Amino acid sequence: MADYGMLIDYDWCTGCHTCETACQMEHNLPPDQFGIKVTEVGPYQYGDRKWVLINMPIPTDQCNFCVERIAQGKLPTCMHHCQARCLEVGPIEELQSKLSAKKKQVLFHNQG
Amino acid sequence: MDKPKYHLVPHEKPYRYDENGLHVTRGSAWSGPGCHIGCGVLLYTDDEGKLVKVEGDPENPYNQGRLCNRCLALTEVVYNPSRILKPMKRNPEDRGKDAWTEISWDEAYDLIYEKFTEIKEKYGPWAIPFVQGTGRDIAAWITRLAWSFGSPNYMFNMSGMACYLPRVAGCAATTGNFWVGDFAQQFPDRYDNPNWECPDYIMVWGNNPLIANSDGFYGHWMVDVMKRGAKLIVVDPRLTWLAYKAEYWLQIRPGTDAALALGMLNVIISEDLYDHEFVERWCYGFDELAAAAAEYPLDRASEITWIASDIIRDAARAWANANSGIMQWGLAVDTTKESLPAAQAIGALWQICGYCDKPGCMIVPPEILAYSGGFGGELVTDEMNEHRIGLDKYALLRFGFQVASSDEVMKTLETGQPYKLHGAWLQTTNFLTCTAPDPERSIKAWRTLDFIVVVDMFMTPTAMALADVFLPACTYAERDGIRVGDGAQRGETINKVCQVGEAKSDMQINLELGKRFNPEAWPWADVDEMFSYVIECTGYTFEELQEVAPAYIPFEYKRYEKGMLRSDGQVGFNTTTGRLELWSTFYNKAGLSPVPYFEEPTESPVSTPDLYEKYPFVLTTGARNWFMFHSEHRQVPHLRAKRPWPIVQMNPKAADKLGIKNGEWVWLENDRGRCKRVVETTNIIDERVLMSDHGWWFPEAPGEEKDGLFGMLDLNVNKLLNSYLPGKSGFGANYKSMLCKVYKVQEEN
Repeated sequence: MADYGMLIDYDWCTGCHTCETACQMEHNLPPDQFGIKVTEVGPYQYGDRKWVLINMPIPTDQCNFCVERIAQGKLPTCMHHCQARCLEVGPIEELQSKLSAKKKQVLFHNQG
Repeated sequence: MDKPKYHLVPHEKPYRYDENGLHVTRGSAWSGPGCHIGCGVLLYTDDEGKLVKVEGDPENPYNQGRLCNRCLALTEVVYNPSRILKPMKRNPEDRGKDAWTEISWDEAYDLIYEKFTEIKEKYGPWAIPFVQGTGRDIAAWITRLAWSFGSPNYMFNMSGMACYLPRVAGCAATTGNFWVGDFAQQFPDRYDNPNWECPDYIMVWGNNPLIANSDGFYGHWMVDVMKRGAKLIVVDPRLTWLAYKAEYWLQIRPGTDAALALGMLNVIISEDLYDHEFVERWCYGFDELAAAAAEYPLDRASEITWIASDIIRDAARAWANANSGIMQWGLAVDTTKESLPAAQAIGALWQICGYCDKPGCMIVPPEILAYSGGFGGELVTDEMNEHRIGLDKYALLRFGFQVASSDEVMKTLETGQPYKLHGAWLQTTNFLTCTAPDPERSIKAWRTLDFIVVVDMFMTPTAMALADVFLPACTYAERDGIRVGDGAQRGETINKVCQVGEAKSDMQINLELGKRFNPEAWPWADVDEMFSYVIECTGYTFEELQEVAPAYIPFEYKRYEKGMLRSDGQVGFNTTTGRLELWSTFYNKAGLSPVPYFEEPTESPVSTPDLYEKYPFVLTTGARNWFMFHSEHRQVPHLRAKRPWPIVQMNPKAADKLGIKNGEWVWLENDRGRCKRVVETTNIIDERVLMSDHGWWFPEAPGEEKDGLFGMLDLNVNKLLNSYLPGKSGFGANYKSMLCKVYKVQEEN
């Protein structure tokens, strides 16, 4: 399998937790285990009308980038269901060029 | 008959196909469990007919493949071990006790037929109210059951019907229609439709659409249009994610929405920023509105709402100077006692700016079956309406949903006036847990009835406390259906893929019982035939629609200019004056103020300063979370784990002052009662304000009434509510503006 990564455009992550539940149901994970989990920084205020509020989905070691779905021509379930459309799984080279094209993104390299 | 030109979406496959050893069925996800929308889903079943997985349907323009937590975890609802899967009966003396006997459907129907017929013959059909909750596909089917039985007392048991109904009735009275934001949801090609334009501004008012998904609106369309350039003004006591993203966040004191709207109207009018041409041609009563708004200069609006004057002014200017705008309003408008004037003032903000029936503005949602009108209005006789409880007192009940007044029904239960009630049909409602003020008083009042039927999926606190017969309802995976709900309708089918126990769909139950009571009103052999009748105007039968759905109703803008909004074919709006009424002829006739006004909540820092000293927090309730629909989903493992406890949000500074730490159990209390919550300290809320979850019960806790009705009697925030005190119009109640104090739960208390 190609070297995969996950690109998160966290500028748009609303923190809806859909990726978490989609992953748990797809991979039969119990409620306390996650292939991906949304973490939050803030919210706190640091100036006039200035806030920090970051939602950041983090893939875990239990994420296998849904290789079996990709093999069937389907999207990984987190990407398929992401409500804000801010999450993309793909070959790492492709995602690297997308990463540099826009700010407030992070790229996770395949750990599966 | 030629089929009208409904617009279809190309499908790669038939609506049922196989994929990797599983069977896939395409369809809509509308309820149960409850939900306000109805996304396109793919239901995966195995060879044994078991539902194994739910995915979003990428071909469906509505959600474009996306889903939220609740549909993704659907299998845990469908196969939940605590589901009730057979009809049950209980001796009325045993209400509140776990003393059920399983019976067959025939036995249950026989019993209901016998008891309801006896009540009807002795006391009249109006002696049985038919009560619905929210979110499960029910309005069409319960109205037909009630009306064909002869009862005008169809109702939604919340004080002031304070959810959606006030806005629907208010809009119908003043503009002739309900209005929703144009997110291109009426087009199969959505944002690519050449006629659609992205709104300049969206004013999000008392709504967190990302989570609430209310009124037929898929919340994350917000993100879609923000990515396309739409800017936000957000009115919310809390810094929601949308408020964080907004150009203007107006952190309002709960319950003061009308004052803010009037203050903004005053800026727009006094600075001459409104749409003169539109107002002159299409609005009625502008000068009177201007005079009402003039009473709210910035400093006064600011003092009332706790929002800085410059933010109110700048937001009003930005809104009025745009080319297009959407008013994305929500429950907060309903859950204030004087909700009608608040809705009228907020409505005027888009009306005088001319954000009407244009791309990226407010539109009248296209409908197959007028959702608020119910199904079978022709069955309602004058004699029935003479017995509709509250109609004599509240003329506005003639608009929108044809309900009885919940507040007047409460009085009727307690006094037997104007006549005594004897039975009840409760379907899709867990009102003791979720919507009714003062659950203990409600239990006592509803217990006066001789015979009560509950139709639900789980044994709820309401069913445990009240039911004599329990009928098990099914999920959307176990039934056929059509999605004719709120918002922009489209031809969309719900397709059965599995059967669990003996559960039946709400519509099948109503059809089967309806046939017993009044066969002429239910002439259909089965539910699919009934659905075909409802969607006749689409030109498709139910079976044909299953294959091609979703089918989109042809839509055009500027319908008011083309005589398409009035039944007489004249141009203009469906009101007495033919215009959008900023000064309402109907309100005036009904003895209500024809122009909007603001009134302090019954209890507030301003209206009851002494009480505020004793109870130093403004308590708001009813905000939704990502994992649960109102009082549902508490028994679903993957959802409950993400929201294990009922939360009250509190500013960390306020918590510090009381020595309360994040995660601690507290009591919220006022003169009327108290409820338990877990504190979540968060900066998103003002130090003077608390936000409490609603609808909590613990399905895992002991259920009998002596043990607390699944914990509900300790958890219900409605115990703190001002009991049954609606607005002057009969609509609206202060669910989001109470006063309370907070203290730690300790052994001695």
